[in-house]
Amino acid sequence: MATKNELGRQGEQLAVTYLEAKGMKILERNWRCRRGEIDVIAEDGPTLVVVEVKTRSGRSHGTALEAVRPHKLARLRVLAATWLATQSRGYETVRVDVVALERFAGAFALRHIRGVI
Amino acid sequence: MAVARTRSVALIGVSGRSVEVEADVGNGLAGIHLIGLPDAALSEARERVRSAMVNSRYPWPDARITISLFPASLPKRGSQFDLSIAVAILGASGVVPAERIAEPFFLGELGLDGRLRPVRGVLPAILGAAEQGDATVVVPAANAAEAALVPDVKVVPVADLRQLVEWLRRGEAPPEPVPDAAPATTRVLDRPAVDLSDVVGQPVARRALEVSAAGGHNLWMLGPPGTGKTLLAERLPTLLPDLALDHALEVTAIHSVAGVLPPQSPMMNRPPFVGPHHTATAAAIIGGGSSVVRPGAVSLAHRGVLFLDEAPEFPRHVLDALRQPLESGQVTVSRSVGSVTFPARFILVLAANPCPCAQADDQGANCRCTSTIKRRYLGRLSGPLLDRVDMKVTVARSSRRELMADRQFVESSKTVAERVLVARERAAKRLAGTPWRTNAEIPSSLLHADYRPPDDAMKPMTSCLDAGTLSARGLDRVVRVAWTLADLAGKSHPGEDETAAALSFWLGVSA
Repeated sequence: MATKNELGRQGEQLAVTYLEAKGMKILERNWRCRRGEIDVIAEDGPTLVVVEVKTRSGRSHGTALEAVRPHKLARLRVLAATWLATQSRGYETVRVDVVALERFAGAFALRHIRGVI
Repeated sequence: MAVARTRSVALIGVSGRSVEVEADVGNGLAGIHLIGLPDAALSEARERVRSAMVNSRYPWPDARITISLFPASLPKRGSQFDLSIAVAILGASGVVPAERIAEPFFLGELGLDGRLRPVRGVLPAILGAAEQGDATVVVPAANAAEAALVPDVKVVPVADLRQLVEWLRRGEAPPEPVPDAAPATTRVLDRPAVDLSDVVGQPVARRALEVSAAGGHNLWMLGPPGTGKTLLAERLPTLLPDLALDHALEVTAIHSVAGVLPPQSPMMNRPPFVGPHHTATAAAIIGGGSSVVRPGAVSLAHRGVLFLDEAPEFPRHVLDALRQPLESGQVTVSRSVGSVTFPARFILVLAANPCPCAQADDQGANCRCTSTIKRRYLGRLSGPLLDRVDMKVTVARSSRRELMADRQFVESSKTVAERVLVARERAAKRLAGTPWRTNAEIPSSLLHADYRPPDDAMKPMTSCLDAGTLSARGLDRVVRVAWTLADLAGKSHPGEDETAAALSFWLGVSA
């Protein structure tokens, strides 16, 4: 269990570094509420970006990207609305991104899919 | 990350229509989306294709895959699109050259391990593909013999996905079709082990059977049980000649869509014999189904014999549903998914007992049926239906003497079939240049123009027409039978003998 959480945290850190390098401003990490958790909330210019980070240690159980199912995306949508309700300012558009990380021989391969819903 | 395009065939009834299968492997969340009106079996193709590709050691693209089947408005069903979907994805992800898959048609269901499973309706699908001209069709190896029946089409039988990819990568010409699949040598239905000489004591009915076979005329046999009505009807196919190649393809196509082709030697070059039970529903007889419209008994009997034993036991609406196919030689089935037209030109043979109790006594001594019951029983065969039956014969019980005497007159099916063949050839020669081959198919308009018997031969009918016992349609049917009798007698035109005989066959049973 500890290894799994460790892998997830490591992946999230890599994802945040990557997103910052792409010029996004990170607003929150691991924001939780009763309904669930948003891994990363960021600002990409005028757009609010809700990011789901998925990390896998290999491909033996399928790829990281396909592990994000429609059900999860629907939940992210609700969570994004919940988070926005707590904020004073609004955003023109809201986008959901997925960052998928897979470990190959110690190094991570990262893919960033923008606007999945 | 690209788009690849290939082709497959969708079946509408018994005709195939070319369908373009496009695969787009592009950016987005990993997953596969299938669009273009797929049905349940086709939607499940996603899982089969994925497993087949992974288990054949080809990379499954970790990307958003969109499969589009064009034309999008045409409902597609079944599992025969599996292979084309797999090939399109392989092309889009660069495993096989995209230009190699654009032209051929791909048909087949994929097993989870990548093997190719046989599908229904390969023959009509390939006939549809052949209309596009100079087609190459990839089919499952198990369907190779059926596919090879179509002339002028390059058939590539494939056993599994790896074999297909190897072939597409090498870029060689398609392998030659399996040589032992030549259609001329295959004979599916061996002539059944029944023979006309088995039926003793029914000379009139045997003659009627011969006429029916020679001209393709419908026949009604009325008589008490045990007199050989069923035996006679079962022997009608033995009198019919082999199907011509185009007819054999039609028959085979219908059986292929129904999924009842014998797998080893699929060409059906003998006329089919279909004898549905009297509890059969209208959908079973005419064709039907909710999402997939299947051919019914009338279409399975196309170019063959439809035998309704105990005809009055059939529900009346089922019997009356036969009127359209009897008249037009095809049947249109309408369902929510659309209308489908199946060919249905068959020889109808009806058998009936004179009353429901069917007691074994001809004189009616043991029969307890009242005349009302008898009338009601046979009344289920409606007038319009019987109007479409060219010949009606009463099959009476024979005495011991009659049976003994008839024994020396019985002929084998082979002898009669030879006469039938000669008569059919005469008719075909006369009808050369028209789409019809038997006298029963001649349309009414032509019957009164080109094929009108001489005036003196028409004499027997005039009194019946005047008395109203013969309808206009009935007259057409009598004239058609008269032509067949002339063909059997080797005459160039029906004379008064033939028309009088035809008329007595028409009036036949006076119930």
